[in-house]
Amino acid sequence: MTAPLLEARQVRREFGGGLFERQRLVAVSGASLLLSQDRPVVIAIAGESGSGKTTLARLLLGMVPPTSGSILYEGTDLNDLDRQQRRVFRRQVQAVFQDPFGVFNPFYRVDHTLTMPVAKFFPELSRAQRLERIEEGLRAVGLRAEETLGRYPHELSGGQRQRIMVTRALLLDPKVIVADEPVSMVDASLRATILESLFRIHQERKISLVYITHDLTTAYQLSHTILIMYRGDVVEVGDVDQVIKAPKHPYTQLLVRSIPLADTKRRWGEETDPGGDQGEAETPASTQSVEKPADGRTGAVGCPFADRCPQVMARCRQSNPPLVLTDPDRAAACHLYDDAPPLSERQIGELSYGGLQHA
Amino acid sequence: MSHADGRIALRVEDLRVHFHTERGPVRAVEGVGFELYAGERLGLVGESGSGKTTTAMALMRLIRTPGRIESGRVQLGDLELLSLSDEQMRQARFARISLIPQGVMNSLNPVMRVGAQIIDTIQAHQEGLTREQLQERVHELLGFVELDPSTAQMYPHELSGGMKQRVGMAISVALRPQVIIADEPTSALDVVVQKRVMDTLFRVQKDLDAAVILVGHDMGLMAQCVDRLGVMYAGRLVEIGPIQQLLEEPQHPYTRLLVSSLPSLERKGVFRGIPGITPSLLDPPPGCPFHPRCPEAIDGCSTQVPELLTVVAGSEKDDTRLQQLAACHLHTGVDA
Repeated sequence: MTAPLLEARQVRREFGGGLFERQRLVAVSGASLLLSQDRPVVIAIAGESGSGKTTLARLLLGMVPPTSGSILYEGTDLNDLDRQQRRVFRRQVQAVFQDPFGVFNPFYRVDHTLTMPVAKFFPELSRAQRLERIEEGLRAVGLRAEETLGRYPHELSGGQRQRIMVTRALLLDPKVIVADEPVSMVDASLRATILESLFRIHQERKISLVYITHDLTTAYQLSHTILIMYRGDVVEVGDVDQVIKAPKHPYTQLLVRSIPLADTKRRWGEETDPGGDQGEAETPASTQSVEKPADGRTGAVGCPFADRCPQVMARCRQSNPPLVLTDPDRAAACHLYDDAPPLSERQIGELSYGGLQHA
Repeated sequence: MSHADGRIALRVEDLRVHFHTERGPVRAVEGVGFELYAGERLGLVGESGSGKTTTAMALMRLIRTPGRIESGRVQLGDLELLSLSDEQMRQARFARISLIPQGVMNSLNPVMRVGAQIIDTIQAHQEGLTREQLQERVHELLGFVELDPSTAQMYPHELSGGMKQRVGMAISVALRPQVIIADEPTSALDVVVQKRVMDTLFRVQKDLDAAVILVGHDMGLMAQCVDRLGVMYAGRLVEIGPIQQLLEEPQHPYTRLLVSSLPSLERKGVFRGIPGITPSLLDPPPGCPFHPRCPEAIDGCSTQVPELLTVVAGSEKDDTRLQQLAACHLHTGVDA
């Protein structure tokens, strides 16, 4: 078997903790993820703000180095890539970011965003060939060159701009696109269009996608597998149907119940967080547990979800449960499943990619 | 859901708001009218630029230049808001009709304790309250939005997003208004917190027996929260009706496309976007503003603006709560 295309092995990233800071913030603590060369997939990484999902994306893109653990590209640690390999990595692993407004330089026409990378990475192409490449890229995301080229960013809608960013990524023939909340700042009616172009690119050009989102419904629509993150930990990982339709981790269960579905027959989950605001009108809830900001942790022991968990047990406060195999295609990190078989980091990676190779 | 009786709390007629820019008037709100019943929750959805926030701001008379309310009537009980003097309107705000603005969590004064900010609002409307009375009101209000009384002593940066949102809500309902307009009250919050903030809002609504207008773009949130929904497009109300009916049998082609574009947990790998882009309000297309994107457009759509008319009547003729109205020539036909 060839080396995986992109692999995260037990990556951990901390922020802060300098000389004068007392506390370190663990943004991601030991996440493993794997994308294979053989079969392109769509992996979703979902969680609330502060769960570490964007930090994990930045780690995968090589934009921040891990504090411990490693990111491997075709079997080589990102730190050990030589100049030439680094260039290939930069071209083959592309990013699409959340904000389609902030990424453009308002003084340049949008063409600049598209011509620059093509010129840099494909200097051998003629002018006409480059333009052809750009037009083809625009068509792939459902834009017409005559309606977009030659315009300034402010003349285009958020949806158009975001699709130009997808085009930009596409122009470089990537093998992976890491899309960090690509539709959260785009109007609802245009979201489907952008997700559709991402999905089509994945299918037609065999590009793997890492889709980072807080929206479980679009994650379900787009992806094959999903990682659920909570305060830096991957708490559940595996086949998206299983994770969303029958969540095992109490946090995933809470998340799925909290989705407001556009269906009046399916009421918003009656049970909420046991943090306790179902109480009577005049009893102020214990706000500390009700609205604890879900920031990265600062080195506490025990399960990060213990304070909010409806099924919390004594051992949840003592040790942080590792991911264990609860089903053939899914793992959860919860003491409720202590009897389930433990997993190696390699196996966790394989689950993120769609099932164990040698279970 | 909420317990709307037949009383009308707010009646909006032919509201027009234009922004006078150097390039001409931008018709942000163009002839919007609806009724809001006492105790009811009415949703207003639309894309950015559809006029939903401008409508909310106009009801509060908070439109700033170059914007201007060109015409319309906003009847709130015995008050017609658009004809009040500025001072009368100032008194009506918070006391009769109140707004929880978009991003209220960022509107708090960073150098003032939360309690003092709530007191500010109360004192702007009621004079002669003692220190103790004010303190008591603050604690009562914080309890109302499910915050601990000790929150009064905190500064905004010490609170989480959801807590700040609750403080904003406490300020907005401090004077027990009958109509609460909530503009995207949860758009910056995580899903889990979102649900709890909405639960609090509706509990407060119930206690005050107030009517709520919920402005937003999240159809899922609307489906779970409101009794009736109005859909705005390019400054106009294109459809309004009971939420379930509207989701199951949308009558306007735009609503139909909007509903079918929603992600669900049923379909995988199926994406149905709405083709085309929203029109410029500086130079809106003639006729129905949706006709350039409409898959069902007929001849007259590009020339005549369709009126908002009852398409599906409820069981009782006069009760607009049960009616579904749409502004589309497909239902009414085009005058020859």
